Amino acid sequence: MMNPAAIGQPFDRVDGPLKVSGAATYAAEHPLDHQPLVGWIVEATIPAGRIKALETSAAEASAGVVAVLTHRNSPSQVPFGEPDDEGRFTQSRAMLGSDHIRYHGFPVALVIADTLANARHAAGLVEVTCEPADAVTAAGEEADEKPDELDGGLEADITRGDFEQAYSSAEVTLDVTYSTPNQAAAAMEPHATMAVYDGNELWVYTSVQLIGPAVQVLANTLKLNPDRIRVLSPYIGGGFGSKLGLHNEAILACLGAMYLERPVKVVQHRRQVFHNAPHRGNSVQRIRLGASRDGKLQAISHESFMPTARGYAFAEPSGAPARTTYRTDALVSRHRVKTVDMSLIDSCRAPGHAIGSLAFESAIDEMAYRCGQDPVEFRLANMPEKDPGSGKPFSSHDLAECLREGAARFGWGKRQPQGEVRGRQLVGYGVASTIRMNILVKSKTRIRLSADGTLTAWANMTDIGTGTYTILTQVAADLLGLPAERIEIELGDSAYPASCGSGGSFGAGSSGSALRDACLRLREKLVEIARKQESLKDADFDGALFEGGKLVLGSKQVSLTELVRQGGPDYLEADGKVAPGEDRGKYSQHSYGAQFAEVHVDRDTGEVRVQRLLGVFSAGRILNRKTARSQLLGGMVWGVSYALLEELMLDERYGAFMNRDFAEYHLAVNRDIPEVEIHFREQPDMRSNPLGSKGIGELSISGAGAAVANAVYHATGVRVRDFPITLDKLLEQLP
Amino acid sequence: MRPFDYQRIGAVEEIGAQASDRASFLAGGTNLVDLMKHEIETPEQLLDISRLDLARIEDGEDGSLQVGTLVTNTALASDARVRQRWPLLSAALLAGATAQLRNRATTGGNLLQRTRCYYFYDTARPCNKRNPGEGCGAFSGHNRIHAILGASEQCIATHPSDMAVAMVALDAGVRLRAPDGSERELPVEELHRLPGDEPQRDTVLAPGELITWVHLPAPPPGRQVYRKVRDRSSYAFALVSVGVILALKDGTVSSVRIAFGGVAHKPWRARKAEAALQGRPATEEAFLKAANAELADAKGYGGNDFKIPLARRTLVAVLRDAAGKTGEARA
Ligand SMILES: Cc1cc2nc3c(=O)[nH]c(=O)nc-3n(C[C@H](O)[C@H](O)[C@H](O)COP(=O)(O)OP(=O)(O)OC[C@H]3O[C@@H](n4cnc5c(N)ncnc54)[C@H](O)[C@@H]3O)c2cc1C
Ligand code: SF4
Repeated sequence: MMNPAAIGQPFDRVDGPLKVSGAATYAAEHPLDHQPLVGWIVEATIPAGRIKALETSAAEASAGVVAVLTHRNSPSQVPFGEPDDEGRFTQSRAMLGSDHIRYHGFPVALVIADTLANARHAAGLVEVTCEPADAVTAAGEEADEKPDELDGGLEADITRGDFEQAYSSAEVTLDVTYSTPNQAAAAMEPHATMAVYDGNELWVYTSVQLIGPAVQVLANTLKLNPDRIRVLSPYIGGGFGSKLGLHNEAILACLGAMYLERPVKVVQHRRQVFHNAPHRGNSVQRIRLGASRDGKLQAISHESFMPTARGYAFAEPSGAPARTTYRTDALVSRHRVKTVDMSLIDSCRAPGHAIGSLAFESAIDEMAYRCGQDPVEFRLANMPEKDPGSGKPFSSHDLAECLREGAARFGWGKRQPQGEVRGRQLVGYGVASTIRMNILVKSKTRIRLSADGTLTAWANMTDIGTGTYTILTQVAADLLGLPAERIEIELGDSAYPASCGSGGSFGAGSSGSALRDACLRLREKLVEIARKQESLKDADFDGALFEGGKLVLGSKQVSLTELVRQGGPDYLEADGKVAPGEDRGKYSQHSYGAQFAEVHVDRDTGEVRVQRLLGVFSAGRILNRKTARSQLLGGMVWGVSYALLEELMLDERYGAFMNRDFAEYHLAVNRDIPEVEIHFREQPDMRSNPLGSKGIGELSISGAGAAVANAVYHATGVRVRDFPITLDKLLEQLP
Repeated sequence: MRPFDYQRIGAVEEIGAQASDRASFLAGGTNLVDLMKHEIETPEQLLDISRLDLARIEDGEDGSLQVGTLVTNTALASDARVRQRWPLLSAALLAGATAQLRNRATTGGNLLQRTRCYYFYDTARPCNKRNPGEGCGAFSGHNRIHAILGASEQCIATHPSDMAVAMVALDAGVRLRAPDGSERELPVEELHRLPGDEPQRDTVLAPGELITWVHLPAPPPGRQVYRKVRDRSSYAFALVSVGVILALKDGTVSSVRIAFGGVAHKPWRARKAEAALQGRPATEEAFLKAANAELADAKGYGGNDFKIPLARRTLVAVLRDAAGKTGEARA
């Protein structure tokens, strides 16, 4: 009988019941023996400058207050940003380290009290006088600093062929500039940390995607030996990149705990998350395309201009889709940044591809119209044979098939070239190619099969709500032939073997492959033990199968618990690992998809409502059809937000975002999302990783928004190049 | 939150001198508690009126309805009488907030909810409504959701309620009780005020005055249509909303009431538009003329310039719907 938890099965989340019943303890909820004290962050209200005076006596005298931490009394730390040669997730993130204000919202004090209400009220009594300095808060096309490298290790600039020549001799050309706004990661769980310090060891319950770097950043900031730091993050209510590293509240909670030697909890208030956690910077993307009259692309240029936060090196590769999606004779991709005095700018939901595809797939659509071609046909006519950016062959390439299958399923053939009018609604169809780079990250795990038949796996991996606990359960169940109930996956603890963590859609493939490796090694051990058994002497070891808790050798079988008792006697352990192999450098690896949208635009008000979304995706072997679908569904929802809603409103005068809550920072709500259809083209890619899977978490978000935007154009004939497409940008131009 | 005294009120008669400008009434708390957490509102005394016997809807004289101030938005929207005879009100309520909020929010609280101006909510920014004389952050800042009618240099905020727009179109009134026990009545249209040079005052209520009942007169004849234009399809305040009650006789407008939401410091009764339509043939041209008449004095502040054409187009569309000219009238 098929194991219901076998790889690929739409197995229910193993942590689902814990989460819906509230039994899963998130960072701020971890039960301690004693109630922790509660810290409230006092934020700077200017974008740059110095603290001139800080009056804390009223706050200190306020009810319930235990301490007010400022740069005058906080424990000694390594200066912000040191050491120079480390990455941004491990460099010192010193808080209250000096009188220097780095950005609007930067913590200038932490008020620690017995209750949240007391801490928050007292925070209002802290009087801060600042000496403002000149600040740069906005960035646009004037950005002219060349970053050392882009996120993911990509080169800032690449040139293939002679763009100027190809562009100037092209029969059809397009030169357009798109812009996307500052965006918040907007995880449901705000950044939260509880720190416990006993004078020797520091225990940190937090919400972080990468555990290893979290230990290191605490060590590097707080001058502690990493061996004395334990970071725990078993459940995470969404990260979307903003929890790759540890952020302000984590450092502050640790400072409080070290200062008082009492447990301190700091939860960022929703309004604080917008400045005290990283966001995505706005982008200006100039795109030039050249093609022959019959629609063959000959020249592609993508120039990206974005902000980078002072002292925090990060540059988003928004040119990524332009580098790999279509064939071309000549290609230029450049990235420039401008240093701003703004809160940290970092990865946010598919860095590069998400906003890159929004602009690039819109521009490709413009070019299709300009060449008088159907947008699907135009894309199909320009499929690359090898990666135009790197020149490498693709490990596999399935974009054309995704487009064809999607068009058929969506009913693209019914599309009226000029759009359609139904009553007061303008109806439009849109399409976008979808690709996202596929990454494998070094990962380790340890497993133990106990004599009672339970298998436990440990890794400092995290589950940020994506389903890691579940798919790891399936990998172990499948490889060892165990029922899911017998498997315990232990994650989110720095005491466990170092894994990849969650980010860049590499989690499932990397941590799953490490676990697979451990299971294979355990299988070898079990077979070795079996070979020594008299009763199995002439069994069929070549056809060995692990099934139903047993090792099946042709007509003979033996239970795994029996083998453990003989070899253990209490348990057997195995270590597994995975690391990028040779294929990594030889091939260009991506997941693919094609997405289609139907929108209705109200002729009177310009309101856009998405009516249908359909995606066909090719992401290697699917590990769990239910969690994979949920990931893709989520990405498509974000895509609707990118196209139509999301925007941090920056008030340049203050370097502050003005819409710092979920009532005014608009994300798609349930009612904005129509019927969504998702189809898989399942094609294991063994060059990707030993499981044959590919990254899925950030796939659909890299194209869904452009499909919606292109449908808006088809419906209205109005091309909005400044995202999001809010009704005011359409209103006066509607037919 | 600033520390405060809390008192639960069992009967309106218990409200006396303690109800001053340093006290606030707590109803559903969905707006007030947020504002207190931010210390935008800092009452010294909180008078919890949520247990008062004012959660009833009663039939009044001449086909009118009396709505107790504690009737929740959900209860009011789903009342069979309201749905049949005042569908405009039901539709407006259901267009507001979310189901969870509507379950908690009360009639009086909805009328007296405060603006959603970003600068009003951010205590680090200047705001004349919060701190008179401090300046207005929105005037040269982000004002996408701000007023185009009746604003002043001091304040360009809007009143965010949907329900109040329907009430103003329906000529609803409020009954008020002062701390000394005296009572007065006021049309909802006169409850809220324009900012002028006192933007800190949202309404004409005197300190300690309590809304006890809302009076809904029998509905005027005609079709009732509410339309809310917003950035997403739920859980967003109106950029512009329009409530219309339109009756035609032989293709001519025999009776019309129009109110706008999201355009001013108060729910905006569009009397100029009404006058322009009364007795005229119900044509697209007449609708446009009426809208232009109302919006002749409209003024944008940059980010909200688009609201002027949006208000015009939405009003025309709603009138068209109400006149049954689109074939898909919304109620
Ligand atoms: C995220 C969010 C989205 C929302 N979206 C919308 C929307 O789209 N449309 C919309 O219309 N509304 C919206 N609302 C507002 C919501 O409708 C109001 O918060 C609610 O109606 C207030 O009612 P309440 O009973 O909770 O009032 P409370 O918060 O209890 O009180 C509000 C004010 O009224 C005063 N008050 C209450 N009752 C009386 C009385 N009887 N006499 C005198 N004073 C009184 C209080 O002192 C306080 O000043 C939204 C609110 C939130 C939080
Ligand atoms: S518009 Fe009114 S509420 Fe908004 S900042 Fe200006 S004064 Fe304050």
